[in-house]
Amino acid sequence: MVSVGNEHRLDARGLLCPMPVIRTQERVATLQPGDTLEVVCTDPGALHDIPAWCRVHGHEVTATRREGTVITITVRVAGT
Amino acid sequence: MAIPLAASSPTVASSTPRKAVALISGGLDSLLAARVMLEQGIHVEGINFYTGFCVEGHTHAIRREHQDKPKRNNALWVAEQLGIKLHIVDVIEEYKSVLLNPKHGYGANLNPCLDCKGFMVKKAREWMEQNGFDFIITGEVIGQRPMSQRRDTMPVVARESGAFDRLLRPLCAKLLPETLPEREGWVDREKLLDFNGRSRKPQMALAARYEFVDYAQPAGGCCFLTNEQYSHKLADLWQARGSREYDLDDIMLLKVGRHLRPRPHFKLIVGRDEGENNYLEGYRKRFISLRSPVTPGPLVLIEGENLSEEDLALAARLTARFGRGRESTGVTIEIARPGEAVRTVTVAPLPADEVPAQWYL
Repeated sequence: MVSVGNEHRLDARGLLCPMPVIRTQERVATLQPGDTLEVVCTDPGALHDIPAWCRVHGHEVTATRREGTVITITVRVAGT
Repeated sequence: MAIPLAASSPTVASSTPRKAVALISGGLDSLLAARVMLEQGIHVEGINFYTGFCVEGHTHAIRREHQDKPKRNNALWVAEQLGIKLHIVDVIEEYKSVLLNPKHGYGANLNPCLDCKGFMVKKAREWMEQNGFDFIITGEVIGQRPMSQRRDTMPVVARESGAFDRLLRPLCAKLLPETLPEREGWVDREKLLDFNGRSRKPQMALAARYEFVDYAQPAGGCCFLTNEQYSHKLADLWQARGSREYDLDDIMLLKVGRHLRPRPHFKLIVGRDEGENNYLEGYRKRFISLRSPVTPGPLVLIEGENLSEEDLALAARLTARFGRGRESTGVTIEIARPGEAVRTVTVAPLPADEVPAQWYL
């Protein structure tokens, strides 16, 4: 089942890890289950840290895109 | 507040397990402490504080020499090993008052370890109260750290954090007075540990028992403030500014590059490899930057104001000195001021014997 939630965007460009993860965590805390958050960042460390953070909290990474130095990671917020 | 009747064995007697928030640094001790609690049927979630001085994370990613190692966040890695949630908390702003005015002073460098531990346990206590958790655990071991982890300072942390007897240190609990979770029977004191001293052997044996491999063992702990060279650079920054203000960029830049102060009013930050050059690149809008457009070498930032032509010439000669053209007679260097056209000069690299050791921070 695919639940359709609201789409949100977080600009974490220029931040170094663990700041992109911290900003993602803060933002996800304000979202509803099923919502998606597109995190845009430039630190390659986020490619490891954001999925790891999602795994320990049960959220899902639905897409990862890399265009030049810009990385976009899409997170679907888990139910509580 | 009503305290439920104590159960003799929480794993079998209580349907809703007691909840502990664990301070997780990413190192071995806090990993083991949390594991010991999970074994007793406690619900554990981790909390990790980011002060800006953490060795964790990005710094390993910047330098080229570390690029063969996986760029993982060790606190998140620990949480995954344990199967627990991890909450990473930004305390950069609040931490300033801990670093600038530590009630208990500094350790060997600019490390306010005792105040820092009290601060982190206090933050964990607030989190515990907000989230309906019952107690706090840490990976502290008596005698492990000269300032914060001593028999006489452990009660200071419990008291000043406001955690009191809701603070449990599973790795050395048998050597400390009974805490609330033990008294109430939430955890079995007999199954807690009695580690003490600087030896790492008991921890390594316990890690082997739990089959943990590949855990992080940072030589100087998890904080840059315990590092002598880092503390020296921070003290220099404060002295040069005449104030102990700092922001995140300041303390990040102290982690990167070679730092030289050839004159009291400016210093150079010299990239040591491609990774550092790329990182410093992001600061060219804020600082005067120098580099050779033709000869491989560092990107150099100048931090300081009111630079004279002689100062810039010296900075250019130093930039040439740290590049591959150091043996040649003339090296082309571009000098870029934020928002101005780039200037190009040709300079003689400064010979090694004209770079006094005291310039190096």
